[in-house]
Amino acid sequence: MAHEHKLEIFRGLLKFKSNTQKIWGVLIFLSVVTAIEVVLGIIKPSFLVLTSFLGMKLLNWIFIILTLVKAYYIAWDFMHLRDEKSSMRRAIVWTPIFLVSYLVFILLFEAVYIYDVFKNGFFAWDF
Amino acid sequence: MDTTVTTGNEENVWGGGNRPLGASYGKMMMWFFIVSDALTFSGFLASYGFSRFKFIETWPIADEVFTHVPFFHGNYPMIYVAFMTFVLIMSSVTMVLAVDAGHKMKQNKVIIYMFLTIIGGAIFVGSQAWEWATFIKGDFGALETKGGRVLQFVKADTGERASISEFSMTLEEDRVADARDSGIWFTDNESLPNYSLNEVIEGFKANPNILIRTEKINEEGEKTLLTREQSLGRLKDAVRVVEGANLVRNEYGSRLFADFFFFITGFHGFHVFSGVVINVIIFFNIILGTYERRGHYEMVEKVGLYWHFVDLVWVFVFTFFYLV
Repeated sequence: MAHEHKLEIFRGLLKFKSNTQKIWGVLIFLSVVTAIEVVLGIIKPSFLVLTSFLGMKLLNWIFIILTLVKAYYIAWDFMHLRDEKSSMRRAIVWTPIFLVSYLVFILLFEAVYIYDVFKNGFFAWDF
Repeated sequence: MDTTVTTGNEENVWGGGNRPLGASYGKMMMWFFIVSDALTFSGFLASYGFSRFKFIETWPIADEVFTHVPFFHGNYPMIYVAFMTFVLIMSSVTMVLAVDAGHKMKQNKVIIYMFLTIIGGAIFVGSQAWEWATFIKGDFGALETKGGRVLQFVKADTGERASISEFSMTLEEDRVADARDSGIWFTDNESLPNYSLNEVIEGFKANPNILIRTEKINEEGEKTLLTREQSLGRLKDAVRVVEGANLVRNEYGSRLFADFFFFITGFHGFHVFSGVVINVIIFFNIILGTYERRGHYEMVEKVGLYWHFVDLVWVFVFTFFYLV
């Protein structure tokens, strides 16, 4: 059987000799990202916690972005989407991304509204 | 990619042997399932976000909830979950290695890597069970007010959390748990906590070193600490003692936090569990040489996709439950 694996990650910055090597490389990368997340989560640098961006702490944005980075490498290299046809890849990736962003936008917007009602409306809940 | 050639001569669609998008039927169906399952999990996590934004000022801080590591005493926030994450990623890696060895038709290597994957999955499920048990058992205990708010206790001098067992008084009183066999029909009540409300309140009054901490998060991102006078005032609202967490009561704060914790990590744990079961089935098939005779190891690749998906979901659960 033929083996066609695309062996470069980081847009060609890093090229591995074999698929096995690439797997270990991706593992190291994912572990490093997780370690960064955990260290940030324990230390919680105050300038990241106190700075707010688009209604959320900067630290939380960093966590979410790092998570998406990890998700990308799990899907691309472990689930070998990198080796699939691009039409297949797009069908798999963009469908959930579109639906989830829509859902998250609506739900979080509504939640902030309800928060305001709880806070400013004539509604007692802290007793 | 050519590595997953399966259909060849046996399965033809109207004699054509079509493989839309270059993926075999089985692999395509696995991706269908994964995408729909991903949407299910997204729905759960989005509704978690909804509840959290709704109670953004009072939501429990995960660092203070998940602080235990098995066999170690003390306060180690996040360490154990990080370990679990690493175990799952590691078992994902052995799974890719199994798929890779399958492409090269190396039966013995596939067996070893599948075995390691199964072990990793088992460790993860076990850790999650332990995490649940610790969460259900509870840490310090708390009081719940009429409005369902949770009051926790802090030592004034050190700022550490105080357990209700440390300061509660032992009073002479009879507390009886209602039970069906004691003549109360159709009712079951909650099991009695170790201390009654009175014992906690009297112990609090007798111990000036204890303060109350409310659920409200202040500007520094910490829970608000009341003064001694405020604490004594707030104590009047308390109606029951809460130890640990379940679907109705939660000593850590908002009940929804516990509900979502049980629901989302439970659903994920169920996925891991079924993944382990499927892996075991495939493992025995590999040993029996089924795929050797079939001429390809695509089945390993398909369960591999599911297994990585479980890992992928955990990455998100980890972020939204433990980090953010």
